[in-house]
Amino acid sequence: MAGTITKKENFLKGVIKDNPVFVMLLGMCPALGVTSSAFNGLGMGIATLFVLLMSNIVVSLIKSQIPSKVRIPAFIIIIASFVTIVEMVLEAFIPFLYEQLGIFIPLIVVNCLILGRAEAFASKNDLLSSIVDALGMGIGFTIALTALGAVREILGSGSIFDFRFVSEDANTFILFILPPGAFIALAYLSVLFNKVSKTN
Amino acid sequence: MSKKESTFFNMIIALFVITIVAGASLGFINDITKGPKAKAKLERKVNAIKQVLPEFNNNPVEDVIMLKSDLAKDSIEIYKGTYDDQPIGTAVIGSSEKGYSGLVKIMVGFNPDESIKNIVVLEQKETPGLGTKMKGDKFLRQFRGKKPSEYNVMPTKDGGDVDALTGATITTRAFGEATQMAYDIFVETNKSKN
Repeated sequence: MAGTITKKENFLKGVIKDNPVFVMLLGMCPALGVTSSAFNGLGMGIATLFVLLMSNIVVSLIKSQIPSKVRIPAFIIIIASFVTIVEMVLEAFIPFLYEQLGIFIPLIVVNCLILGRAEAFASKNDLLSSIVDALGMGIGFTIALTALGAVREILGSGSIFDFRFVSEDANTFILFILPPGAFIALAYLSVLFNKVSKTN
Repeated sequence: MSKKESTFFNMIIALFVITIVAGASLGFINDITKGPKAKAKLERKVNAIKQVLPEFNNNPVEDVIMLKSDLAKDSIEIYKGTYDDQPIGTAVIGSSEKGYSGLVKIMVGFNPDESIKNIVVLEQKETPGLGTKMKGDKFLRQFRGKKPSEYNVMPTKDGGDVDALTGATITTRAFGEATQMAYDIFVETNKSKN
């Protein structure tokens, strides 16, 4: 796999061709759960990006030392450690975001995107490709979550990044803030994303 | 690159080393973030008190009174604000389990004449866009300057004086209940003092 594709292709693969949310449909739990506003989507995306990057780096560095029979528990411990670090740092320095994301921060551990990249990519490729892969996938995930959050916030609350463009009393599509709205928005965004990326 | 064989010994060593390193680094990060974490928590509390009380120059968080009451499961926190040793108000935490998705926790600031100065929402899991509007000024305005002894804090549907939030009567009811609880405790502590 490595060597046959350039770094640029490797990066763009995560952002566009194999976008984790819109194409591979991975990490649906946070993608649907926290994206009630654009800011939440962005925060969750960056937290996931950090964990993904760190776990890919560590897994890629120690891949030859891990016996293959215990690789999954080893990966999980590594991922869980970084998630706990993110949780502690967020609580200490960005308490506002920590409260907004709530239970979804510890749940980054079970985000199949991260374990998926550790298993499918970082454990088979060198450090540099793994970093590029993590950045591509993480940024793709962040863009997807932010887009989803933005659409839901615009339609559901009449604001974007907490900037209101309709009055507080205006009637908005509250449905889009609620869980069913997440599914609807995700479906239409996926269709749109695939349509646009396939035609180019 | 040769992979380590999956022998019993290799597996134990690999997992052992990984868990040790993970544990040690978590302990290290915990040590670093412990201070800022406690500070952030305290700041939140002080900010809430600042919003519900008139200007004070004591440290209400230090002079907190923890009160055990039949009205709530946990002990209730009461913060007294003073300005140059003159009492200027009391902040009481009120809560209700009857929100649309469980606990609603608020902090109510009372003026010395028992009227409500302001209310902030501390914890809630209500429906975004409906119940969360209880944080909005339009809703909270109904409570400011009112004495719960003369002004029924429950929604009009239950015979009270508060206009319920559109589509969130249950949240309004829980909010009223929490406000009433804070008031009852406030009155109770004032009585026991005299």
